[in-house]
Amino acid sequence: MTKPLRLLAASALVLAAGLAPAWAQRTDVTVAMQLEPPHLDPTGGAAGAIDSVLYSNVFEGLTRFTESGEIVPGLAESWEISEDGLTYTFRLREDVTFHDGTAMDASDVKFTLDRARAEDSTNAQKQLFASIESVEVVDPRTVQVKLAQQDGMFLFNMAWGDAVIVAPESIGEIKSQPIGTGPFRFVEWVQGDRIEIARYEDYWGEAPALAEATFKFISDPTAAFSAMMAEDIDAFMAFPAPENLPQFEADPRFQVLIGSTEGETILSTNNAQPPLDDRRVRKAIAHAIDRQAIIDGAMFGYGTPIGTHFAPHNPAYVDLTEMSAHDPERARQLLADAGYADGFTTTLKLPPPSYARRGGEIVAAQLRAVGIETEITNLEWAQWLEEVFTNKNYGLTIVSHTEPMDIGIYARPDYYFQYDNPEFQALMEELNRTTDPDTRTEMLQQAQRIIAEDYVNGYLFQLAMTSVAKSGLRGLWANAPTQAVDLTGVYWED
Amino acid sequence: MSLAEREPAPTPAAARRQALPRSLWIGAALSVVFVAAAALSFIWTPYPVDGMDIPARLQPPSWAHPLGTDHFGRDILSMIMVGARTSIAVALLAVGIGMVVGVPLGLAAAARKGGFLDEIIMRANDLIFAFPAIVIAILITAVFGASAVNAIIAIGIFNIPVFARLTRGGALSLWQREFILAARVAGKSATRISAEHILPNVANLLIVQGTIQFSLGILAEAGLSYVGLGAQPPTPSWGRMLADAQTMVSLAPHVALIPGLAIVLTVLGLNLMGDGLRDLLDPKVRKART
Repeated sequence: MTKPLRLLAASALVLAAGLAPAWAQRTDVTVAMQLEPPHLDPTGGAAGAIDSVLYSNVFEGLTRFTESGEIVPGLAESWEISEDGLTYTFRLREDVTFHDGTAMDASDVKFTLDRARAEDSTNAQKQLFASIESVEVVDPRTVQVKLAQQDGMFLFNMAWGDAVIVAPESIGEIKSQPIGTGPFRFVEWVQGDRIEIARYEDYWGEAPALAEATFKFISDPTAAFSAMMAEDIDAFMAFPAPENLPQFEADPRFQVLIGSTEGETILSTNNAQPPLDDRRVRKAIAHAIDRQAIIDGAMFGYGTPIGTHFAPHNPAYVDLTEMSAHDPERARQLLADAGYADGFTTTLKLPPPSYARRGGEIVAAQLRAVGIETEITNLEWAQWLEEVFTNKNYGLTIVSHTEPMDIGIYARPDYYFQYDNPEFQALMEELNRTTDPDTRTEMLQQAQRIIAEDYVNGYLFQLAMTSVAKSGLRGLWANAPTQAVDLTGVYWED
Repeated sequence: MSLAEREPAPTPAAARRQALPRSLWIGAALSVVFVAAAALSFIWTPYPVDGMDIPARLQPPSWAHPLGTDHFGRDILSMIMVGARTSIAVALLAVGIGMVVGVPLGLAAAARKGGFLDEIIMRANDLIFAFPAIVIAILITAVFGASAVNAIIAIGIFNIPVFARLTRGGALSLWQREFILAARVAGKSATRISAEHILPNVANLLIVQGTIQFSLGILAEAGLSYVGLGAQPPTPSWGRMLADAQTMVSLAPHVALIPGLAIVLTVLGLNLMGDGLRDLLDPKVRKART
């Protein structure tokens, strides 16, 4: 073979090798996110990253969330609710197996629910199971749950990642070797780098289009930008630097998905710490804040202003932003009425996300304009959880509360807001017992008004879900009704 | 002290002026610019340094904002001026701590050469020296919280062994000299000799090293602020300006470029000045040049 010929043959080979995968439909995806899960047990940890990787992919519950936040059947194909609303009878799907080959039946459901509500349970959302009185196995495909009191949220609660069905056979190793019933099985976790999952061939439902998926963890926003630009990853869920999104939008290689999360981003206030225990002072803070400036400055315009602790995309939401409209003059007056004409100094402790760090600097500047000085401290998540969330040693902080329908936290006086209002607590108890949708909506709206009128916290904005993906990737969730990166419907378009 | 006791200066004054190193001039000029900017910021900045104007964010340099605006619409020139103040204050105090603690330790160690005190002081210094500066700084700020004061202490502690070693090294050779021997024969105590004879003769070394440490201090402050352990917002700091600008580089390069240049030029200026001063003051270099 002459030299040019050899070269030609070689380049033809290279060309063929390079083109071959493009002819076939791609069936793998690499999805990046910022935080890595601390372990892989969704029923035993509060970290949202656990659900992001495993929810709907590896683990499934009796019911499940859709992208729009609707509750649809999961492992239970149907259910009956007794007249008094106290007995739920779930009919389980047929031929459901765990990834280790064992069958999923009613005894696994009983095991899961009993484990989650046990005295020594480490479930991060134990209140989801609080209304359960007993769980009984009727036959392998039927399970009966008796409630101690009516619970209008029960089916909703069962859709959470904290309520997914686990098996007693595999529970011991769940933190490193999660075994569920989902369309993907866990393959490998390279700590500090990635988690790999692959299609489970014996899945009971429709097989996913993807054969393999990799979750990569990239915490640094600059690295996230580079990885996306270099196409090392196919998608970045909840992209951390909103300022870079216009560049992705302008680039035909990428698409930007903008949706909503359940994250109410609030200026959390320590209601037990003087002078913040004075409603007038909190009201002054609310009027000192210019929400639009924060959304523009910290989030580059992505976010919806909120006036209470409720998601604007929820039908029961009431727009109360007018109650805390930007009015520095009024804020100064309120401070003077409360006896702080010369202002005061408090602490502002900020966790790492940019909405908090940048938002905090803007809030500090806005508060300074009405005479309130803040001492800013930037904290890592672990420090924040200890100092602010657990020890309540703070004046103000900024954080996004991403759990869906979490207005109930205001009924917990020991929660880090330290807000103690018996009227609100009674309303929440009443709400838990109510199943009629219209009455529930009314009560939820009343609850929104109470906390807005008490100016418990500064209500800033609903966190937007901004993800970046390659333009051919379809089926990713744009919204985040719960923390999940559901890959079951994801596919590549030609 | 009397002149007779000092190191004799062989070069005539005229020759010395002629030999003034160019690096000293460039370095001093750069340093003066930043010190002047910092000093001016006490009485005047073009805009209030915490004045946010979000609609006017990320503007390139213009007549209204000579160095542009950052991601909150703050005037970068004003922030650089006040940031210079933060850098200079932190670095200066840190060098101060290093000198005030390190120099007496070095003098004491040299006076008791080979003794118990010498061993203790120098081994303790070795211990601190063994840790990279940034690790000490992170340790201190992690334990006591992130603030400018803790950054000063952290950088200051790292400076102690530098000055202690330098002083001891310089002092050891002096202790062998005739004029020190004369002072000892005259009955002066070791403490007095150290203060009256040794210290003035190592002052040259200390000034040169002080300039170098000062520039390292500015670098360290920028580094600590960059990782969020230095001065906390809203106090402007060059390091934090860089960190904030990180994700904006592709959008508005000047936001990262300007604080970066400020750090580079200041450190360069101080290093050139340190080099120049060494050429000017160090007797060994001076002899080699003449």
